Amino acid sequence: MSDAGASPLVQVRGLKMHFPIYAGIFRRHVGDIKAVDDISLDIRESETLGLVGESGCGKSTAGRAVLRLYDITGGSITVDGTDISDIDKEKLRHLRPKMQMIFQDPQASLNPRMTVAGIIGEPLVEHMSLSRAERLERVYELMDAVGLNRSFANRYPHEFSGGQRQRIGIARALALHPKFIVCDEPIAALDVSIQAQVVNLLEDLQEQFGLTYLFISHDLSMVRHIADRVAVMYLGKIVELAPRDELYGAPLHPYTQALLSAVPEPDPVRESQRKHIILTGDVPSPSNAPVGCNFCTRCPRAEQICHEIEPEFRQVDKGRYTACHFVGDTAIKTAEPTVGETVKP
Amino acid sequence: MHSDSASAEPIRGGSVLRWIRRIHLPLDDPFAIAGLLIYAVFILVAVFADQLATHDPLEILFTQDYQLAADLRPGEDGFVLGTTSLGRDIYSQLVYGSRSALLIGITAAFMVAVIGTVVGLLAGYFRGWTDIVLMRAADIAFGIPFLPFVIVLAAFLEPSIWNVVFAMALILWRDTGRVIRSQVLTLRTRAYIDAARVSGSSDLKIVFRHIAPNILPLSFLYGSIAIGWAILTEAAISFLGFGDPETISWGYMLQDAYASQALSTGGYYWFVPPGICIVLVVVAGFFISRGYEEILFPKLKE
Repeated sequence: MSDAGASPLVQVRGLKMHFPIYAGIFRRHVGDIKAVDDISLDIRESETLGLVGESGCGKSTAGRAVLRLYDITGGSITVDGTDISDIDKEKLRHLRPKMQMIFQDPQASLNPRMTVAGIIGEPLVEHMSLSRAERLERVYELMDAVGLNRSFANRYPHEFSGGQRQRIGIARALALHPKFIVCDEPIAALDVSIQAQVVNLLEDLQEQFGLTYLFISHDLSMVRHIADRVAVMYLGKIVELAPRDELYGAPLHPYTQALLSAVPEPDPVRESQRKHIILTGDVPSPSNAPVGCNFCTRCPRAEQICHEIEPEFRQVDKGRYTACHFVGDTAIKTAEPTVGETVKP
Repeated sequence: MHSDSASAEPIRGGSVLRWIRRIHLPLDDPFAIAGLLIYAVFILVAVFADQLATHDPLEILFTQDYQLAADLRPGEDGFVLGTTSLGRDIYSQLVYGSRSALLIGITAAFMVAVIGTVVGLLAGYFRGWTDIVLMRAADIAFGIPFLPFVIVLAAFLEPSIWNVVFAMALILWRDTGRVIRSQVLTLRTRAYIDAARVSGSSDLKIVFRHIAPNILPLSFLYGSIAIGWAILTEAAISFLGFGDPETISWGYMLQDAYASQALSTGGYYWFVPPGICIVLVVVAGFFISRGYEEILFPKLKE
């Protein structure tokens, strides 16, 4: 990926999404689940940014927060030049056409009581004043684009296979000519053979319509296939962000290294030569994250400093960002962590 | 169509068929079918009461030899079910009683289902203050004893069969509202609600287009339970003497029989038929609600 200097389509700065915990008779606020805790990233026009991490690390929450499906706790989100982090509901509604979402479970994300034409046409009803015939024409176009037979328009979601349902979900997301689509594990609920079809469809559509994707997944090999750049999340934070080949070729952060060493290797010869990094213990609770580096409780390289000072998420090489004390400039920081320093991915 | 009564659904021109499909008539449960048939019979009786009744139910009748036709046994002088102590035709009263019973039952069920559904939808979907205010109101409604409340209401207002409907609308939405709220709480987290939000649907549109259709069977379950409740309550109120003396209802007949000491004179023909009618209609309501329960909770079938 070249850093062409083009301004990013989506700019996320210090995004925080905390869910409060209430306890006791008086529903006292006793803490927060820090699902997303201070993440910053840019997504450039027409690129695919992969967002990976294990279950519960906050990647889906991050994707939803970027689309303002939640009222975010802090930070800013700029989509196509408009700051949407604090915008009111009605204005947000008018910005919806620009940014869409493809959901994980195609079964759950389609209303079982609506026909395919109704589902795909719904965004059109909301945002365009089309006649019934014009709308149907657009629905047909979209069905063609995602490879659905036009004659299915009056059927209900339960009459389709998983892959077809996901195509319906994709057609709905495309209806309003969006620029930016968050794909929230779009293939996780599909059979492997169908996964490839859907991913190829997403790639074709990206080329055809110049789409920008935030591709959330826990499938590292699929992300390697589709993403231009990859961000790795752990416990609500991005630990590493790098162009795809560099991240997969030479991961910098110990967590990324461990994650990649867990990807199955089909070749038994190479598999036997591979070094596995087995992490011990569980991910700490996001309501009670460790002091210092989030990963310090499981990191094979952890030292004293990791338990005291939170590493800064910073650029260590051209286009490569990571949050680890031992990567990049190794001068160990003894001072207090810098407060309010802006991170510039 | 007997389905209309079971669901307390207002008839709206051409969309009736679509609605009937949407409310999922419980047609695969024999009890529910029995319930629907009972309703069908009572609705027909109520509609054609003018043709079926042999006399004006409130008219004081005389025999051919100009005697007061009081306390006649069934069949005597052509009175099918005999006459009351005041010389009124019991059979005609029974026929006209179905009118007020169904009128009360259906309007009360409609009010309960509509108010409860709207409250549940708003509270469950919007949460926050809307939820708090509506659910505290439901708590207050739960705190009010129903029958005494109806009696007090009847004391303040003119005696009328509508008191029961009014009281039910004021109080009995609480159960429906609570249950539907809890259902909405689970529905609102479904991915297709998020999808609608991403599409730019407004909140009201999400509530009425995406959530409401999925809770309709629950509304009708509570509606069909409310029919029985309303008729029972009206009977109880009339029996206690707080009913409307100008309107014939089965409860009124029971009260009349009780006040005339029909039991001690062996006038079973007087109070047994209205009693059976009440039981039939109430039981039919519960049969239908049972059918809805099986649609909603398929595990019950086992």
